[in-house]
Amino acid sequence: MGSVGAKDVPVLLSPEGLRVDGRRVNELRPIKITAGALKHADGSAFVEWGQNKVMAAVYGPREVHPRHLQQNTKAVIQCKYNMAAFSVDERKRPGLDRRSQEISKVIAEAFESVVFAEEFPRTSIDIYIEVLQANAGTRCAGLVAASVALADAGIPMADLLPAVAVGKAGGAIILDLKKEEDNFGEADLPMALVPQSGRLVLLQMEGHMTRDELATALDLGVQGCRGIYEVMKQALRDRYSVAPAAEAGA
Amino acid sequence: MSEEVTAEILTTHVLDLAAHGKRLDDRGPDEYRKITVEPGFVTTADGSALVRIGDTAVLCGIKLEPGKPFADTPNAGVLTTNAELIPLSSPVFEPGPPQPGAIEVSRVVDRAIRAAETIDLTRLCVTPGEKSWVCYVDIHVLDHGGNLIDAAQLAALGALTHATMPAKRFGIAEADYPLEVVHYPVECTFVRLGEAIVVDPTFDEERAAQGRVTVATDETGRIVAMQKGLVGAFSPDDIKTTVERAFHHGERMRAIARGVGA
Repeated sequence: MGSVGAKDVPVLLSPEGLRVDGRRVNELRPIKITAGALKHADGSAFVEWGQNKVMAAVYGPREVHPRHLQQNTKAVIQCKYNMAAFSVDERKRPGLDRRSQEISKVIAEAFESVVFAEEFPRTSIDIYIEVLQANAGTRCAGLVAASVALADAGIPMADLLPAVAVGKAGGAIILDLKKEEDNFGEADLPMALVPQSGRLVLLQMEGHMTRDELATALDLGVQGCRGIYEVMKQALRDRYSVAPAAEAGA
Repeated sequence: MSEEVTAEILTTHVLDLAAHGKRLDDRGPDEYRKITVEPGFVTTADGSALVRIGDTAVLCGIKLEPGKPFADTPNAGVLTTNAELIPLSSPVFEPGPPQPGAIEVSRVVDRAIRAAETIDLTRLCVTPGEKSWVCYVDIHVLDHGGNLIDAAQLAALGALTHATMPAKRFGIAEADYPLEVVHYPVECTFVRLGEAIVVDPTFDEERAAQGRVTVATDETGRIVAMQKGLVGAFSPDDIKTTVERAFHHGERMRAIARGVGA
């Protein structure tokens, strides 16, 4: 969303159809996911996605704090998304701002849509997402990290939740916006997919798009999520697959 | 506890009805409750509107004051949106700092107003880098009968449309003049009830909902903001359908907010 009075707008799409970092419109930034990155959490994951670095930890099912949130028929799922003060160019004032609270809410709701919470009545499943280095798409990176962390914690759920932002920049519908594209582009549309049902459990949008552009963007996002899904599954395989047993019993 | 039990019985009932294409209040799946906009409800505000959608009532008041532009946008005024879900409006709201629900309402409304360029912020600049107007959009939910986002956005749009710049009071101009509204974004909210996706949910329908999605459109045919909320999921085709429905309803709601329709 071009901010008012902003200057030095970079060229977001070259005549050859290349983006600021040389990607094509439907290309993801490189993603690396490490499942079980922390020792003391029940489940954790570290996601390096382009220039984003996001850590997620899961605790629980455990006792509910504060107590009055406890539910008799299912676990409550609580999420705290937080950006470190040093994660952005200009120091971010620490603590809960409204943006973080909104993101925490939509992420918790996305997970409530897939976690089998009724298996753990009167408990809490707590998800903590810490953005250490930010370069657009941190809520999606956080969601991906948290999803792998939930799996790492052994929480039963319908599916993993790959997520990605699509948007519009330089007039084109593009996959996986980076900072310049987010700041100076025309629209930003983060989404999270349940791959097995093909349905979206997180969807937000800001900017301008026509109906046709939105339809293209949704399809591109779903395609992007399917790519990320494979990386997430591989991260879990890397952590949990056992090397084939050695032949001789040593 | 009894409240929990009634809620559960009602939820089952709402979902049963939806499976047969019906709703608690006999509306069709694509039918809004009665919408009214009463501009100028609060005379101490520089602009205001009381919006009712069925038994939901939301009041928005605009205050315009001189202030300082942000350092990164020296040529633009400042717009801030805040929503209060006060305990007066519902047994489910408690006193205290804004809860995530209230923050979501204000951020979704803010996003639509900002992305649609509802007001041209550069027109709110008085002296670049030094002095500009700050436009406070304060939204108070008075009666929570569901679908707060649509009502809040409509109230904000109604209030902005009828706002006056208090230029004389602050010695910025000889006389007051109307705040110029450039675009007219409206939000349109749907919830999933089983396989049905219905517009303008009531409080009971929201409680039964398996997902909520809001689409903000403007008069030029742009989608300017979206928000999926609550627990639940939508297919991309569901989203495309709600976008079409949002454009359809948007036209009528815009006319009501501008005071040129019924």
